[in-house]
Amino acid sequence: MQPQLKQKSILPGFGLALGFTILYLSLLVLLPLSATFLKASSLSWQQFWHIASSHRAVASYKLSYGASAIAATINLFFGLIVAWVLVRYRFPGKRLFDSLVDLPFALPTAVAGIALTTIYAPNGWIGRFLTPLGIQSAYSRLGVVIALTFTGLPFVVRTVQPVLEDLDKEMEEAAASLGANRWQTIRKVLLPAVMPAALTGFSMAFARAVGEYGSVVFISGNMPMRTEITPLLIITKLEQYDYAGATAIAVVMLISSFVFLLTINLLQAWSGGRLKRAHGSELPEIAHAEAAS
Amino acid sequence: MASISLPNLGVPVAARAVQATTERPWVRWSLIAVAVIFLGLFLFLPLAIVFSSALEKGFSVYLAALHEPDAMAAIRLTLIAAGISVPLNMIFGIAAAWAIGKFDFIGKSLLITLIDLPFSVSPVVSGLIYVLIFGLQGLLGPWLAAHDVKIIFAVPGIVLATMFVTFPFVARELIPLVEAQGTEEEEAALTLGASGWQTFWRVTLSNIKWGLLYGVILCNARAMGEFGAVSVVSGHIRGRTNTMPLHIEILYNEYQFAPAFAVASLLALLALATLLAKTVVEWKARQQSTELERLREKLYEH
Repeated sequence: MQPQLKQKSILPGFGLALGFTILYLSLLVLLPLSATFLKASSLSWQQFWHIASSHRAVASYKLSYGASAIAATINLFFGLIVAWVLVRYRFPGKRLFDSLVDLPFALPTAVAGIALTTIYAPNGWIGRFLTPLGIQSAYSRLGVVIALTFTGLPFVVRTVQPVLEDLDKEMEEAAASLGANRWQTIRKVLLPAVMPAALTGFSMAFARAVGEYGSVVFISGNMPMRTEITPLLIITKLEQYDYAGATAIAVVMLISSFVFLLTINLLQAWSGGRLKRAHGSELPEIAHAEAAS
Repeated sequence: MASISLPNLGVPVAARAVQATTERPWVRWSLIAVAVIFLGLFLFLPLAIVFSSALEKGFSVYLAALHEPDAMAAIRLTLIAAGISVPLNMIFGIAAAWAIGKFDFIGKSLLITLIDLPFSVSPVVSGLIYVLIFGLQGLLGPWLAAHDVKIIFAVPGIVLATMFVTFPFVARELIPLVEAQGTEEEEAALTLGASGWQTFWRVTLSNIKWGLLYGVILCNARAMGEFGAVSVVSGHIRGRTNTMPLHIEILYNEYQFAPAFAVASLLALLALATLLAKTVVEWKARQQSTELERLREKLYEH
């Protein structure tokens, strides 16, 4: 068969819809993004490297990526527990908790930022108990981790939940009847099944956290070299009219976010493929049932 | 090989099956406790502190903070930014869903990835890219200055940054939905003599209306709450280029905590309304799909 650009269809409007989609995408997203790389190309490689690898920039990468990794790990651990509890158990207030999980998506980051800062400030609801223990939560790196944990909270829960719902109870029964104890079933049957989805959620939470700005700036204290995240460094450079510096660091962030996007897509394809295979085995049964009716 | 131990031999078979595939009560309840404490700490507490701090100085201070001219201007600007960006991104989302969901063409998955791009770009960088184009030092800066057009540190820049950040929301929601619905119903409508537009309005749109509504609600919540991107392009001119989140930041940094939380409580209410709408829309969508299922079953019976 000859390769075709588009499969034949009797539905109208393909040209109009695709044309508008591509035009709007190019004007709003692709052209502005490529303008950043154009602007960055006015820097020589030495200049670019000098800015991107300066001590202050490297300190900010360490904090942004390190705190994001810690926050995403916290979310991976607790997200698995929350998803499990919400799918498998019944307890009072379950529906309420389930709908509230999406709060970090819906609550503006600035609101989350001032709320968390007030809670963890030395005289705040939680801060006042941590301060006597010598733990400084607000205006420290721990504060950054707290804010990023909040922003990334829904991702693992929401990617793992549907997979757990679709899991066949029969697999666990089979494991149990083959002599596995509950812990072995969880480790060898359930965890491998939810792992692709959990990792997708983990990398989404991580990618989101690296770029996060609003919820962090209030609680971090913003001290250069210590609690300054990379997005804040970009803003600081902009406020000093250092456009070249801001652009160079933005390019570093953009390239790293493209890498994340690629990773997440690959992970999703992996977990999607696993799901399809799991469902594929059921397909003949459905076809059989339909033929019988 | 490990030897198999059967400690619960002698327990009735049905009970043994339950034991084998559930956790012991103490495990169950500790897991529930861990989940509830984690969610309470990170979700309930922030919400509670927003409302309690907003009302700390009394209801009159709360109302005064919202009626103050700068706060009113911020609310107005937020409504303008969302009022422009949400409809435009909705039209884009529908067009993208039609092209991607109903047709097969080369480069489809690349296009989907490109649509997702704004999600993976830091909000600060999203604002910066417009400064680099339209700002005084930007690519078009000198030309804009010569023609006295102001985009950065003015309302158009805020609208552009909001549009960028909320760009994928509706499309993301609709594409999988339209794809899953297939093309059979539309083909039937066309064969029966409906025009393209009629088919779209009566068949496609009514099939995806709940998903569309949900996408629009999410898009709106983000549009009204965006902080980082808008902060870069706004210039923070009080009463002129401050949106609600930026107004909150200024009040908070001036130690006016009660007024800051008063404005924040409006956005928190918006967030709660968004979550409520999400729950309702999901319930409606599930209802619609079970109804369709029932209709199909009836068809098979005859």
